[in-house]
Amino acid sequence: MAQAIFRIWRGGSDGAGAFVDYTTEVSEGMVVLDAVHRVQADQAPDMACRWNCKAGKCGSCSAEINGNPKLMCMTRLNTLDLSEPVTIEPMRAFPPIKDLVTDVSWNFRVKPGIKKFAPRKPDAADGTWRMSQRDIDRVQEFRKCIECFLCQDVCHVVREHKKHDEGFIGPRYFVYSAALEMHPLDTTERLGDLKNSQGLGYCNITKCCTNVCPEHIHITDNAIIPLKERVVDRFYDPVTRLLRVLRS
Amino acid sequence: MSALNTFSYDVLVIGAGGAGLRAAIEAAGQGVSVGLICKSLLGKAHTVMAEGGIAAAMGNVDDRDNWQVHFADTMRGGQYVNNWRMAELHAKEAPDRVRELEAWGAVFDRTLDGKILQRNFGGHRYPRLAHVGDRTGLELIRTLQDHTVYLGVTVHMEHTVIDLLMDEGRVAGALAYERERGRFHVFAAKAVILATGGVGRAYRVTSNSWEGTGDGHGLAYRAGAELIDMEFVQIHPTGMVWPPSVKGILVTEGVRGEGGVLKNSEGNRFMFGDIPDNYKLQTAADAEEGWRYTQGDKTARRPPELLTRDHVARCIMREVKAGRGSPHGGVYLDIAWIKEKIANAPEHIKRKLPSMYHQFKQLADLDITKESMEVGPTTHYIMGGIRVNADTQESTVPGLFAAGECAAGINGANRLGGNSLSDLIVFGKRAGEYAAAYAKRRTAPTLDTQAIDAGIQESLKPFDRGHASGNPYTVQSDLQDTMQDLVGIVRLETEMQEALARLAALNARAASAGVDGHREYHSGWHTYLDLRNLLAVSEAITRSAIERKESRGGHFRDDYPDKDPAFSLFNVAVALDATGAMRVSRNPIPDMPAELKQVIEDQKQ
Repeated sequence: MAQAIFRIWRGGSDGAGAFVDYTTEVSEGMVVLDAVHRVQADQAPDMACRWNCKAGKCGSCSAEINGNPKLMCMTRLNTLDLSEPVTIEPMRAFPPIKDLVTDVSWNFRVKPGIKKFAPRKPDAADGTWRMSQRDIDRVQEFRKCIECFLCQDVCHVVREHKKHDEGFIGPRYFVYSAALEMHPLDTTERLGDLKNSQGLGYCNITKCCTNVCPEHIHITDNAIIPLKERVVDRFYDPVTRLLRVLRS
Repeated sequence: MSALNTFSYDVLVIGAGGAGLRAAIEAAGQGVSVGLICKSLLGKAHTVMAEGGIAAAMGNVDDRDNWQVHFADTMRGGQYVNNWRMAELHAKEAPDRVRELEAWGAVFDRTLDGKILQRNFGGHRYPRLAHVGDRTGLELIRTLQDHTVYLGVTVHMEHTVIDLLMDEGRVAGALAYERERGRFHVFAAKAVILATGGVGRAYRVTSNSWEGTGDGHGLAYRAGAELIDMEFVQIHPTGMVWPPSVKGILVTEGVRGEGGVLKNSEGNRFMFGDIPDNYKLQTAADAEEGWRYTQGDKTARRPPELLTRDHVARCIMREVKAGRGSPHGGVYLDIAWIKEKIANAPEHIKRKLPSMYHQFKQLADLDITKESMEVGPTTHYIMGGIRVNADTQESTVPGLFAAGECAAGINGANRLGGNSLSDLIVFGKRAGEYAAAYAKRRTAPTLDTQAIDAGIQESLKPFDRGHASGNPYTVQSDLQDTMQDLVGIVRLETEMQEALARLAALNARAASAGVDGHREYHSGWHTYLDLRNLLAVSEAITRSAIERKESRGGHFRDDYPDKDPAFSLFNVAVALDATGAMRVSRNPIPDMPAELKQVIEDQKQ
């Protein structure tokens, strides 16, 4: 059986640490997470890594593989050059906890700050609504999100500029907001928050988030740009501004 | 003890999948304080893996559907050893629970007239499963999660419960550790709801994630609660079989619901050759009728691929054993063939089964719109679990409630696909409601500091012993082989006795296993701590399976291959006896009320 070297980050919450090389057997069809598990079982039982479903559905095993943000469970070894060591390191935009595990709690704190879904009155007497499939296709695209936070990890507004410390909510929560804004039943207004406190304007549409999304959500084109357009229409369009003044 | 963090809640929910979240929402709505413990990050629970849909007799696609039909389908699927009261409540309440999800923001696929779309599924007479493509579980958990975060529920992520705490026979809270630092925390609670899911990690080939280690089953058992129906383990007929690293990952029944067919290596649709008598009237006569059924023709009957899971799984095993399997030990599941029937078939398949398309494309380099998949049986679900009161979900231990997969009763000997997600929301809500009411009646519990100290000391022992004394990973791996080989899809008395002997040896090995290093996020230590529950549920499955000397639903015995009416009168129960051993008993099933009997008769035709 063939062998390969996995160069895995081992380190603690203080950020100190080093890459350690582990040589392990590899076989046909293996993914990076399999290699990590094999190393855990045979060589390093105390190595920390998050995972759950192993099928790309839960978004737990996010890491940077040869520098690319990916899900370990969906990265097949035959897509990597195994003649060189494969580097596996944690998502670098988040504070380290141990080895491949990072502190992603910021993401969980963001969500309650986004105004919650509030549906219009039911359409039918039995308390149900009617929506056509065509009107929800886009929202369903956004709701495919598995909250792996790879888009947050790769976003330079978070990673380099640390604007999340000032309220920037990041691509994941622009997608979340877009899903609510474009939900046919929703009645809540969120554009003011997106413009004023959630940092929508910081995004300069480099599409890094879109490129790493394992669910292939068109984050920039379908969520962020339409939100930016709505903000422009709402707050900066001279005709609608004039109309608003006249109406008030 | 003094250094320990202590949290106090009226209601403590353990587990944050569909049932735990729904329970937390309901309890919070009753105005009590709620703590929610989850083993992983919030929103990652195994519920995300559910694909096909939520069974609820709304009648949006076929107005002949109603709760009576759903009830009768559930009882027939469960081979009539279900808790009939749970099956009744479930069938009646599921539609409201689904509509409620829509009010909380869930976005289900739609019918042409704009209602929630419902699809066909195995064992369900009419199209009944509300769904979102093939990612319904994600939609369910995200909807509940996003609703919960605004309710003031305190969520403790990446915490694992080690022991339940007791106060004079009633539950008083839980002792847990958090993964990040390995610290212990005490949770005092007036009522505790277990919603910990399944036990799939006791088997080698499983669709379950690492979390499915039977924690709730083990915790309840050690606290004195009764477990029932543990012999009934559902083997899903279609898991991936190749590549080896993904063996067991689920291939949704929705593939067959959309027209996918099972074939052996000779190209035969072997399911037509083995249709049980009690399903003959409802099963298509030929391939053409089966196809029409999947396309919504109300005059057509369902294809044999959509018979119950236990039956389809055994038929697949038979084909493989007879040498008619696929190269990697499964059979073929073909959805690509529908291009003979509809234009734009590849696009249609990608729209209806997007996750399946990506799963095979990425993990197996296979395009399901062009080629057949290879599939085989995988351990998927346990029908057995904590015995609960049907209306309140309270276990046999006062103050201890259970909901979802870790509770038992609704599914009997075999669960229908789609009845799990509905089970989570129907009984999650009930557990939350009644646990809150119980907590309101109770004064704050007294914590047993001795038990807490003992639990902590016990948990830390593997660090004293060190890795050299035994690797927890190899114990877990050997346990999985034991259950897979000896208490799997086809069972024999001699093999199960052998399993008991091996489990005893594994218990001894687990007791001496050790780990090196520190407590921070230590995977080996976590694996060690999970072993106790895995071993308890494995013993419960084995002893219960030995007790049931017949074949029924998810329990098939080669030495007793037929169903025996005498065994339809009771559920097998296990509980801890005074000596610390596992006691097996038979609980008679209460007689069904006449009106429910009539419903079943009416639906038999």
